Order: sequence, then structure tokens, then C-alpha cells
Amino acid sequence: MAHTIAGLIDRTTGIQAEDVHAWFDRLHALRGITMTIPERKITAVIGPSGCGKSTFLRCVNRMHELVPGARVSGRVLLGAENIYGDAVDPVLVRRRVGMVFQKPNPFPTMSIYDNVAAGLTLAGERDRRKVEQVVEQSLRAAVLWDEVEDRLHKPGTSLSGGQQQRLCIARALAVSPEVLLMDEPASALDPASTLRIEELARDLVKDITIVIVTHNMQQAARVSDVTGFFLDGELIEYGPTNEIFTRPKEKRTEDYITGRFG
Amino acid sequence: MDRRYRWRRWKNTAMAGLTLLCTLVVLTPLFLILGFLARTGASALNWDFFTQLPGAAGEPGGGMANAIAGTFVLISLAAAIGIPIGVLGGTFLSEYPRTRLSQSARFAADVMNGIPSIVMGLFAYVLIVLPMRHFSALSGGVALGIMLIPTVMRTTEEIVRLVPQSVREAALALGVPRWKTTLRVVIPTAAAGIVTGIMVGLARIAGETAPLLFTAFGNRFWNWELLQPIAALPLQIFAYAISPFDDWHRQAWAGALVLVTIVLVANVAARYAAGRQVKLR
Amino acid sequence: MPARSGDRPFQLLLAVMAAAVPLIIGAILIALVAAAWPAIQRFGAAFFITSTWDPVAEEFGVLPFIYGTLVSSALALLIAVPLGLGVAIFLAELVPDWLRAPIRFFVELLAAIPSVVIGLWGIFVLVPWVRTVLGPALRSTLGFLPLFSGPPLGIGMLTAGLILAAMVVPFIVAVSTEVMRTVPRSQREAALALGATGWETTRTAVLPYARSGIIGAIFLALARALGETMAVTMVIGNVPQIRASLFAPAYTIPAVIANEFTEATSDLYVSALVYAGVVLFVVTVAVNALARLLLSRVARGPALIRE
Repeated sequence: MAHTIAGLIDRTTGIQAEDVHAWFDRLHALRGITMTIPERKITAVIGPSGCGKSTFLRCVNRMHELVPGARVSGRVLLGAENIYGDAVDPVLVRRRVGMVFQKPNPFPTMSIYDNVAAGLTLAGERDRRKVEQVVEQSLRAAVLWDEVEDRLHKPGTSLSGGQQQRLCIARALAVSPEVLLMDEPASALDPASTLRIEELARDLVKDITIVIVTHNMQQAARVSDVTGFFLDGELIEYGPTNEIFTRPKEKRTEDYITGRFG
Repeated sequence: MDRRYRWRRWKNTAMAGLTLLCTLVVLTPLFLILGFLARTGASALNWDFFTQLPGAAGEPGGGMANAIAGTFVLISLAAAIGIPIGVLGGTFLSEYPRTRLSQSARFAADVMNGIPSIVMGLFAYVLIVLPMRHFSALSGGVALGIMLIPTVMRTTEEIVRLVPQSVREAALALGVPRWKTTLRVVIPTAAAGIVTGIMVGLARIAGETAPLLFTAFGNRFWNWELLQPIAALPLQIFAYAISPFDDWHRQAWAGALVLVTIVLVANVAARYAAGRQVKLR
Repeated sequence: MPARSGDRPFQLLLAVMAAAVPLIIGAILIALVAAAWPAIQRFGAAFFITSTWDPVAEEFGVLPFIYGTLVSSALALLIAVPLGLGVAIFLAELVPDWLRAPIRFFVELLAAIPSVVIGLWGIFVLVPWVRTVLGPALRSTLGFLPLFSGPPLGIGMLTAGLILAAMVVPFIVAVSTEVMRTVPRSQREAALALGATGWETTRTAVLPYARSGIIGAIFLALARALGETMAVTMVIGNVPQIRASLFAPAYTIPAVIANEFTEATSDLYVSALVYAGVVLFVVTVAVNALARLLLSRVARGPALIRE
């Protein structure tokens, strides 16, 4: 099932977080995260609820600051550029860093086609043939094309949960991001759909950097190349996945992995 | 013990019967009105009614064609004023709900809904008729348009507020700027619900007479100029009803039938639109 | 967050549109007071307590209209509140589910009928009925009271009160039903568990809980009745007088404005009518604001489920 999305994704890059702090009003949610997200690898972010993993993800595509009272400090380098630089437009950052959410959220009034095309049409793309091409490529890349090609005009919400999530992945890919963030993408899905999403990720990562937040350790172990363990807003340990899971250096990591808490 | 309980049981049944009686009493005028409209109004409806201008005083015949057309002209004017302000204002109330402006605007909209319509007519008179020195369709449209604003604003707010955050987040994560997200994703998602509110508002102002008495004023002839007085169905009904002529009384009933039909159709359209609204909860 | 170029202008546009509403209310007040100023200067507060309404002599006092407005509205509420509450109780507590929606639909339909159509029905159906049936009946039974003295002409205060009641009852029903349905089940169950009958449950558990909401509904209805124009002017007789009898014709503020505004010959005449309009505006806004305040407190009450 090797579907290359090379035609869709122009380029990809890694991410370097440097001393990233984040607040919700007074609540200090992230404390000095320094972490490398390598190019063309799947980086998993694990930790118990409330540890800040989703917050960290939202700092990478500048969605955290949309919450009233939220604040970020530090640097996040997308390739060579700090996305928190003074002159940087957060809207452009979000085009370069795509996101898939925990609960599939296709636009409820749009068809399958319009959903995938949304990123392009809202940005003003008028070339209908180009849009059609990109929609098909994205749906193929998300392994959804065969299932929907004859009902592209049906509402996006007419699909099953697993299909909707793949639709959201296609929608995110259609704007050719350089990185794809996935915030617990399978936690609202059944086990069969979960596995499909995991397979899909392993496929996509050949062409695009992926960061996946998950509370499911087995998933992290199955899917990722590199894993970071968060606890109480801090990055406790970080390294190749099999090392984290078999020879963790920190006691807290070991406790979490062996199920002593969380 | 047993007697006391029987009394309480009897009182329970009596009260139930009383409330049923209340319901019947309340529904009686409605059915009487509808019945009269259907009977007397329908009998006076004919082709002439929809195509002819009002006849001379006392003479039978003539119709309310200009009044029907005038009502549509006035509703269109009102819509042009009330819909943009109402929808955009309502969007503001739902996107920034806790600001001081939102709180005062919300309260003001509710208060405005309770201002008597004749006062709105006075306002339009002072604002437009006085400076222009004559009555006009424009002033009538403005009076009705101002009445439309709070209704549309509140219903828009209610429905846009129901659009889930996940829809906004999905658009923002695609790199769509905030304003475009609101305009081209959030509002379209709520579109059917917004249309419902608009139709309900239009139904309400279509039947208003008082604000038009000294703004649109009425006209015995055709008029398509916005700066001249214009006929309207409610005005015509009123004029005919208080006249001494039997034929005009019958035409008043016919006009009332047409007016109530328009109002009913608008309400049904509103319900249809509400059914088309994508479930947001 | 650094705003993108399109965000600020759009937010400003939305804000301006929202601000239009309070601004318009202010504009209405200013415009009306300005137009009423000549009359305000001339008559001042005496306007409210003088009974003479003489356009020829240019003497204007709105006491008869205030009287007419208040009495007709009070009469309307006196009739509509018990009736409306009865219907609300029926709808909220007694009616089987399948009947509830149709009955509510019809009650709402009554509210949707334009005022001029109700007035039309009033002239040709209600007025004759009052003149030939209700009036004589009241006269023969209660004619000794000054309230029902004099011949029932059909048009007059009583008919106006009746027609206002018909127009105002749907508000009472709608709001009261809503409020009563939000009373938590636990309250009803507590009463039932003590062995209360349905009516006793309603009286002790539901109505007190819903009380401020019902009062709010009454105020809303009052505001509506005070400002109602067309139906009233078509059946009340339009005579500026203060009489004890409900059979006597009367006049209300909205009715006099509706009838005489386009006939007003002098500037002072027009100004006096606008002055009356200002009075109406202030009173209805105050009553409405009070009603909203009461109702907002209901919505924020404890354990109330929003539908």
C-alpha cells in the first residue's frame, strides 16, 4: 500500500524547539521545552493527561496563542526560521504546519470534495483543474480515494468516523504543509480504524515529517521513530523509541511506561 | 381522611378541567379569525383584486394590486437595512460575547424589540419625512428596517454561537485568517439558521401598519419611486376597514387573507430553513 | 496576537454593526425629544395631568390617553394572565406529548396574526358581539356597578381590553410554558412523593419556582399591550374622555398618534403628539427593561437546564 505523496508535498523539514514556555493566563503549562523533531521521522509525544503534550503541539503551529490569555515564549525553528519571530505571520505558519485533531472535524456544510479543497479555495485558488488534481492526490495519499471517488459531492459528515479522520488528513495535506501534527488522531476511533491511521502515518512519513501526540503507549511504540516523554509541562526524556521503551534513562519515564501512574 | 382526600381529588380534576377550558377559550379567537378570513376573505378574492388599483370611494370594484406590490417593495427596503446590520452585528455578539459592547448591544436589542412600532414610525418621520417634506417609501422602509435589526441580530447570535469551536479550529489550522474563517466558514455553517431568523423577522414586519401611517403613508396609484408615498397592504386594509362602504369592508377581508397568507408562508419558509440547518450540537 | 491585515478591519465592521443598536435607541430618544421640544417647553409636566385635548385652542393634555392606555392594558392583563397561565399549566403539565406541539403552534399563530387583521375582526365580529351579547349580559347582572353603567355601544374600553387580551395571551403562554418546563423534575418528584395531587404539585413545586419568570412574562405582555396601536384604535372609540364605565369609548396614546398625526394642522399639534410618543417610548422601554432583567435572572437560576 505504498502511496507516495511526493507530488503533493514540495518539501519537508525538521523542527527545533528551544526553551519553549507556554502559559494559560497564570498557569505555566510548558516549562522550557527543548527538543528536536527530525525530518521525515515520526516523533511521538507521550505522557499522562495534563502533561502539556497537546499544548506543545499547538505551540508548533501557533494555535495555542488563539486561546484568550494564552502566551508563548522561546523559539521554534521550522527549518532555519523561528516561527515566533517578530515579523512572522501566524497564518502563514499554519499553512506550513498542518494539524489533524482528536475528534474528526470535517466542515459540516461542505461536501467531501469541498472539504479537501477548503484550504486551497479559501486561500483564493481559482484554477479549477489544479484544485481537482490536488483533491484527488490528497485523497489518494490519505487512502480514501477509492472509497469516495464516486460520491465526492456527498456531505463530509456522511462518512464513518475513521473515514472522516482520513478526510481531515487529506484536507490537511492538500495545502502542502511541511510538517503534519496529529493530536491523538485515533483516540475517538475504533481499533480497526486506528490501525489504518497508524499505517497511513508510516506511509506518509516517507515524504513528510510527522509529530503525533498519543496517550496510548503501545501506539507510540508501534508507530514512532523518536519519542518524547512529558510530565507536568517538562520534557523528561527524549530519544529513539525503542530505547525509551526498553532502556529508559529516567526513573519517571520507566514508572510511566510500566504503568505505575498515568 | 377519606372525605378530605376526595375533595383534593375533585379539586385536581376541576383544575385540570379549568386549564383545558382556558386553552379552548384562548384558541377560540384564533379559529374565529381564521374562519372569517377563509369565508369572507376568500369570497371577495378575485382576479381584479390582484390586478386593479383601488376604485373611487363608494364605488364597488377595484383591487389592491398596488398595495401588494408596495408591501414587497417596503419589505425589500427593510431587508436591505436590517439584514446586513443584523447578521454582522449578531456575529459580533457571538464571536466576542463578553465585551462591554456585546453586553450593552444584546440588552439594547431586546429592549428595541419591545419599542412600540408606532414610535419607530415617529422616528422615521422625524429623521426622513420632515427634512424631505413629504412621505416616502424610503421612510417606511427605514422604519421597518430598524425594527428588523434586533430580531435578526439576536437569532444570528444564537445560531452562530452554536457553531462548534472544532469547525473554527479546523479552518484556522489550515492557515485561514481569523476574519476569513468567520466570514466564509462559520457564517455559512450557520446560514440556514440565520435565514430562519430573517424570515421570521420579515414575517413580522410585513404585517406592521402603525409605522407606515405617516411614513409610507399609502398611495392610490402605482408608485415605484422610493422618494414618493407608496401603498401597502396593511395600510389599505386599515383604510378600508374604517370606511363606511360595504364593498370596501369585503375587500379589507380579502386583503387580510392575502396578508395573513404572506405571513404564514414566511413562517413556513422559516421552519423549512430551520430544518435544513446542519445540526450543530 | 499580532493581527493579520484583514482581521482588524473586519472586527471593527462587526463592532460598528453591533453598536448600531444602542446608538439607534439613543437616536430615537434624541430625535423624538427634539421634535417634541416645542410642546415640552409649552406644557412641561402639566401635559400629564391635564385632560383637555383641544387642537383648535392648542391646549394639549394627555391624561385621558394615559387613562385609556393604562385601563385597557390593565383589563387586558386581568383577562390574559389567568387564561394564559391556565393554558401554560395545561401545556406544561397536563397535555399528552403528541398534542403539545400542535396547540403551541396554534397559540403562536395567534401571535403572528398582524394587528390590523385582529382589529378588522374586532370591528366586524367582536364589537357586535359585545354590543348584543356580552354587554347586555353584563349590564343585566352587574349593571349596578359604575363599571358597567351606560349603554354598551360595542366599541369602548371593554372591547379594547378584550382584544388586547387576545393579542397578549400568546406571550404569557409562551414564556410561562418555557419557564415551567425548566423546573427540575426533582422538584416535582419531591411533591409527588409526599402524596400530592397533580394540581397540588403544580401549585407548590412548579409555580413558585417559575414565579419570577412568570412575572417577567407579565411585564413583557404589559409592554406589548401599552404599545399596541391598530387593533385598539379600531375598537376603542377614539374619544378622549375619562369615564368610569367600561362601556364608554376611550382613547389611548398610540391610538391618538395613529389617528391624528397626519391630520395635525399646526406645529404645536404635531409636537404634542410626538411628546405623547416620548411618554409612550419611555414607559414601554422601562417596563421592557424590567421584564428582561427579571427573565435574565430566571435563565441564570440554579439547576435550570437550558434547552
